Amino acid sequence: MSVRRVMGVETEYGISVPGEPQANPMAASGDVVTTYARAHGLRAAHGAWDYSDEHPLIDARGFEVPRSRADLSQLTDIEDPTLANVVLANGARLYVDHAHPEYSSPEVTSPRDAVVWDRAGELVMREVVQRLAATPPGINLYKNNTDGKGSSYGTHENFLVTRRTPFERIVAGLTPFFVARQVMCGAGRVGIGQESEHAGYQISSRSDFFEASVGLETTFKRPIINTRDEPHADPDIWRRLHVIIGDANQADVANLVKTGSTSLVLSLIEADAFDRGLEVLHPVEALKVISHDPTCTATVRMRDGRDLTAVQILTEYLEMATAFVEREGSDPATDEVLAHWERLLGLLAHDPMDATADIDWVAKLNLLERYRHRDGMEWTDPRLTAIDIQFSDVRPEKGIFHKLEEAGRITRLTSDEEVRAAVSTPPADTRAWLRGGVVERLGQHVISASWDSLVLRLPRAGRIARVSMLDPLAHGRDETESLLSTGDVDDLVVGLGA
Amino acid sequence: MAQEQIRPERSGGGDEEPVDEGTQVAAQNAARDEDVDSVLDEIDGVLESNAEEFVKGFVQKGGQ
Repeated sequence: MSVRRVMGVETEYGISVPGEPQANPMAASGDVVTTYARAHGLRAAHGAWDYSDEHPLIDARGFEVPRSRADLSQLTDIEDPTLANVVLANGARLYVDHAHPEYSSPEVTSPRDAVVWDRAGELVMREVVQRLAATPPGINLYKNNTDGKGSSYGTHENFLVTRRTPFERIVAGLTPFFVARQVMCGAGRVGIGQESEHAGYQISSRSDFFEASVGLETTFKRPIINTRDEPHADPDIWRRLHVIIGDANQADVANLVKTGSTSLVLSLIEADAFDRGLEVLHPVEALKVISHDPTCTATVRMRDGRDLTAVQILTEYLEMATAFVEREGSDPATDEVLAHWERLLGLLAHDPMDATADIDWVAKLNLLERYRHRDGMEWTDPRLTAIDIQFSDVRPEKGIFHKLEEAGRITRLTSDEEVRAAVSTPPADTRAWLRGGVVERLGQHVISASWDSLVLRLPRAGRIARVSMLDPLAHGRDETESLLSTGDVDDLVVGLGA
Repeated sequence: MAQEQIRPERSGGGDEEPVDEGTQVAAQNAARDEDVDSVLDEIDGVLESNAEEFVKGFVQKGGQ
């Protein structure tokens, strides 16, 4: 059993034009994508993404929603010509998702790589902000999930899970975990309720926006378990679990534990080794009870009558994962995740504020409490909300989290060098290597690209070739680098057998 | 099933010196506060000048 599996993180960034709250966010998001694309010679034309394999209405529960009954926002496979969309040299996708610029990381195979390539997205957004600053008022970007006024936007994790794992088992095993997980990886938020109706501070910026246990929607009636069934891989072998309940993390440890612990729980579920009664009686309400209690002492009622804290629920999961690893064997990536997971639960059980170097919501709360203490502020003070927003500003000179990190107050698991390298280099062990490599070195021949395909124009053969990349673990560096390095697109396609 | 919560070992274990918990926690908290306070001054310098205006102006459309 291992934390290793195909995964990735998609982050929609908050966007604002300074001094112009009425600015059109779609247009501003389009500027973000085209600015980056132009600066790097990437084609941001609308044809650059291949939608032929997108099926946003297929539900994992075994049916497809009729298009006529779908909310317009669910039709993500329709090309909107005003929206820019581009593949980056690292294999990521940068595009406009409704009203936000989104960075979808390339496929990686470990939680640590997920953190590295997620952080690479921060550098992409940071570069755009710096470029746009040259033409005032510029555009600012925030790695957060709500404006505190009723709108929320997502940070989604994707995990490939074996298709033979029954979806009901995934729902049963993951729901209690997702209800509790936020204490280890919430980003923290000033304001309680979707529109901050009540003053105060809470653990997760997303919890108030969830209104259902299971469902296909991502923009309304948000479900704890999302059922979108679009694997971008061989559907007979894989399903892609699309997790919409996480917060955007800036802290390495929280980010690692978020993806790593979730991957381990999925391994337990795949192996049918999730063997404890942990059903939460009212998960949607429990999510909010836990989020609204930064002391982490609130309990939620379980189906068997027990009242458990989030830390107690997570401890049960950790015990199951640890026992399973002891039986089945481990690897360094798994040991690293388990060590941090265990350490965080210890800190949270003792005093959550002990985790100030490791978890976003704790670091933020610790800072806000110092301000409250120093300047005698109530939670209604707009200065606290301003700090909350600025906490996730991507600019190093303005972003408060970056200030804390720079001052050595935050535990780093990644180095600046490897994150910088990940902006222009794909992960070596997935098909992202071929996707990023083709875009970087043969960009002029690319008609379109997607997660599982490349459509290329072959000048010598005088034809168009579609390269299918249905296996995320194929087409990595070992397999494709010698073909890519010739710089000849005809030879590449012949070599790939497409 | 036993319901006792298992306290994971604190990291950096080492030798367990018997320390008065209260003193230890107070010292830890004081150190933590000093840590943050030294950063506060720097953050003061980069905070948006008109907090109320800034918060009002941060309006997003829902996403995803």
